[in-house]
Parts: sequence; C-alpha cells; structure tokens
Amino acid sequence: MAEILVLVDHADGVVRKPALELLTLARRVGEPSAVVLGAGAAAADIAAKVAEFGAAKVYVADGAEFADYLVVPKVDALTQIAKAADAAAVLVTSSGEGKEIAARVALRLGSGIITDAVDLEAGDGGPVATQSVFAASFQVKSKVSHGAPVITVKPNAVAPEAVAAAGAVENVTVAFTGNAAKVTSRTPRVSSGRPELTEAAIVVSGGRGVGEASGFRVVEELADSLGAAVGASRAAVDAGWYPHSNQVGQTGKQVSPQLYVAAGISGAIQHRAGMQTSKTIVAINKDAEAPIFELVDYGVVGDLFEVLPQLTAEVKARKG
Amino acid sequence: MSLRIVVCVKYVPDATGDRRFADDHTTDREAVDGLLSELDEYGVEQALRIAEASGDAEVTVLTVGPDDAKDALKKALSMGADKAVHVNDEDIHGTDVIGTSAIVAKALEKTGFDLVICGMASTDGTMGVLPALLAERLGLPQVTLLSEVSVEDGTVKGRRDGDAATELVEAALPAVVSVTDQSGEARYPSFKGIMAAKKKPVQSYDLDDLGIEADEVGLGGSWTAVETVTERPARTAGTIVKDEGEGGKQLAGYLADQKFI
Repeated sequence: MAEILVLVDHADGVVRKPALELLTLARRVGEPSAVVLGAGAAAADIAAKVAEFGAAKVYVADGAEFADYLVVPKVDALTQIAKAADAAAVLVTSSGEGKEIAARVALRLGSGIITDAVDLEAGDGGPVATQSVFAASFQVKSKVSHGAPVITVKPNAVAPEAVAAAGAVENVTVAFTGNAAKVTSRTPRVSSGRPELTEAAIVVSGGRGVGEASGFRVVEELADSLGAAVGASRAAVDAGWYPHSNQVGQTGKQVSPQLYVAAGISGAIQHRAGMQTSKTIVAINKDAEAPIFELVDYGVVGDLFEVLPQLTAEVKARKG
Repeated sequence: MSLRIVVCVKYVPDATGDRRFADDHTTDREAVDGLLSELDEYGVEQALRIAEASGDAEVTVLTVGPDDAKDALKKALSMGADKAVHVNDEDIHGTDVIGTSAIVAKALEKTGFDLVICGMASTDGTMGVLPALLAERLGLPQVTLLSEVSVEDGTVKGRRDGDAATELVEAALPAVVSVTDQSGEARYPSFKGIMAAKKKPVQSYDLDDLGIEADEVGLGGSWTAVETVTERPARTAGTIVKDEGEGGKQLAGYLADQKFI
C-alpha cells in the first residue's frame, strides 16, 4: 500500500493535535508513516502515541542540528526519508515553519506543493486537496500533477480517529547539508493554560469594541467558562490590547473551530479571512449594521460588557 | 562595496474587492483593481531601514507579473527604493509557486544581490513559501518570518516568533529574509518620493533574457492542477436579537440548543 509520510509536529515532548489529524487524513489515501525529528528522549512516547492513531512505521531522527539551525535540517531529514521510502505523498501541518519545510522538500523531490488544505480525499491519480481561498469565499479542489504530492494541511481539518497500528520504529541517520541560518537562542512561549488557538474547538475573540487591554477580561472569562481559546482582531492587536500570537485574521491565525464567538468585532475582510470557515459563528456587537452579522448563526446587538458576563454566568450555571 | 538589497514584491488583486477566478482557474486580474501586496510593503520598509542604517546600500525592487504590475513597482519606488526589475512575459500566466520561484531566482542572479527581502506571504495566494523556495534554489540561508531584522558586519540577524517559541536567528550574507507585519509600520510615499519615482530606472526582462523555456512555466509547466473552483454559498441568515437585558441568557439558550454547553 502507498506509504504516506506525516511530519509529526511536537512540543515539549508531546504530539500536537494537528499531527494526529494528518495521520487520520493520510489513512484515506494510503498507509501512514510518522516522521519524528529532534524529539530526543521523548521519541519513544511520541512513537507510541502516533501508533495509536494509525502510524504503521515511525521514522525517528535526532541530532543537535534540529534545534541549532532553522528549517534546513528538517528538510534534509524529511527528503532523505521520503526518497528512501519512495513515499507516495508527504503531509505537513500548515504552520509557518511547516509550510517552509514542505516547500523545500517539494523542490528537492521534484514535486508540486499544495498549502493550507482544509480537507483531503483520495482521487484518480492521487490525493485531492480542498483549499479555502480569497478570504474563504471560494473552495478550490486541486491535485499535485508532478511528483509525489507534498501537501500542508491546516489544523482542525478533521477529527483525529484512533486506530491502532504497528508503529514500528526505524531510526534514521540523517546526512545534514548546510546553508542554514543559526538559531542563537530559543524562548518557549509561555502557555496561557488555554487551548491552542488553531486547535481549539471553541474560540472567543475580542475586537475594537473591547475598548482597552483590561476589557479583555470579560472575553477571557467567557473563554474559560467554555474551555475556549482567546483570539483578537487586528484592531485590538495593533492597539496593543492583546498579543499578536492571538491575532485571528489574514495576517494572524486562521481558525476553523466548531464555535466562534466574535465580541466587539466589526467583521472586516481581514478578520473574516481568518474565521469564516468556523462551523457555527455567533457575535455580540453594539452596531446592528456591523458586517459580522452577515456571517452569524446567532447575533446579539448589544453591549458586550453586559452580554458577555451574563452569558458567562449562564454557562457556569448550566455546567453546574 | 555597497550593500545590494533586492526586495521581491507581488502585484495582487485588492483583498477588499470581490476577488474571483477566471475561466482557466487562475486569479481574475480584470475583476478587481490590483496593488502592491500589503504584506510586501513591510519588506520594502525593512529594506529601506537597513539601507539607511548602512549608509551605503542600493535597494532594488523586483516583481514578476503582467503589465499592470508596474504599479506595484512604482509604489515601492515612491516609498524610496532606488530601482526596479520587472519580469513580464505572457507565457508566465498560470505559473505555480515552484515555477515562480525559478523565475525569481534567475532574475535575482541576473540583478545581483547581497540580501533578498520578501514579505511573509502574498495577500492573494497566501502560501508564504516563496522565500524558502528562493533560499533552496539559490543555496543560501533562509532567515525568515522575522518580526525584527538588522544587518551588521555582513551578518543578518532577526527575531522569529513561532507557534511554540521565539527564536533569535542569524546568518552570514548573502541570505534570503522574509519579514512579518509585526516588523514595523511601512512608510507612506511622500510627494517628493512620488515625483522622484517617475525618473527611477525600471529594467524589464522576459523569459528569454532569463534563459527560461516557456514550457517550464505557465499552466502547462505547473506541478499542481486545479480541478474545481466553487464559490462558497453565502451563510444562511442567522437569528439576530437585540439585547434588552436578557441577551446573554438568550445566547446561552442558543449555545445549549447547539450542544456547546
């Protein structure tokens, strides 16, 4: 059966959820093999985890290079493994780094690349990827027509399905190339304790209507009552009220949760590009004419400082 | 010798317009007015700042695109770039990112550079992979997705804010850099800049000049193929209520009905 390589994104020795989603998608088009790079002592745990989600093989490579140099060592490893395995396709998570790795691997393999897929299915002559483009106003289905397809997939494309597989570990010694930028320091992002924005099932975002940095407290309280991630519009981020790492929109994160709550966000195109594919959208805004109301399944015209705390209290009461 | 900076920019359809596809599944460039991709303004800005800091630098802005793409070059020249390179050939229509990276890499080699600067992604295709592909093709370090960048003594340094960590990265020149929209607000062209731009040199190349065969690019040379393009149905109109004291509770009721609570 066609071997599909999945580059496993991991942090702090733990597999990140999008990697499990990739394994689930990979099973639709072939037999998944996981590639685990630079995980150190955590590789065994990671291998066990990906085996639970269908990885028949787990290629493991380690070395200081993965942490010391930008992008290129992972490109070296993934290319080498793809060639040796004669992989039928390579799947990578659509993060900034993931896309860069995928692009260079594609060029080295002589393969076409598709980025930011939101779905993947088997088709005649290889996987067919669905993309959501032009601020999610169009759906495009496309395929790679040259070489083994290299496809990056956005988080939340599919719910991960556990299916036990062999997970046979194969240790790989990578021949590293050069011409890479050196990483001189790395500061892990401090966790907010909330779900990752791009992976969360529910996202609660605040915008210009929040008014000031301290106004985000009502947004965070609602998020915490729902177990949600917190997002912010570009207006709120540019105003310095919330960190850029939480920005939802064209130049921030693109999210596609089950539920998106927009509080005090007008719904400019730049924001819509980042959230329009959410399954259910609700909004709270003072302005009944705000374009966000064109997108919503349920909207409340009102003051978010009245509506959000009441909603939070109600959520807590109903959850007991 | 002066520092040669080349900024790669793209002419894109205005994201606030009603962007559509043409019959051949390429971007319909007639439907909406085009402009310099907003994210590339950050690349131009950082090039100008690095040039100003060095005191002895030349900034060239480079694009691949149809006739109208000269508007994107003009904008960058009016911001302060010194000269421009426009790669234009009708056979380029429909080229994918792999082919585009081959064209840009050839044009960069022909132009000559010490530092290549790109935006983080285009606002139309939004792939964000061209800088990495250029680094791969040119055999140079990629120092990409930087929120801060500086050049000192032949080394480019920067801060890369990733999903999981913030990294400080550096490489010796020549190198390929990309900058994010967090790198610093782009300047507006001054009246003087706009007037001066009219006299700045624009070098044009076609595929022949770059030694690229027509069948290596275009829709035919593309390594990906679009099968279908479907306009997303407008979201069905939802329920809108006016808060009269119970808005939060009403919303909670809806979320409970939808099994979110």
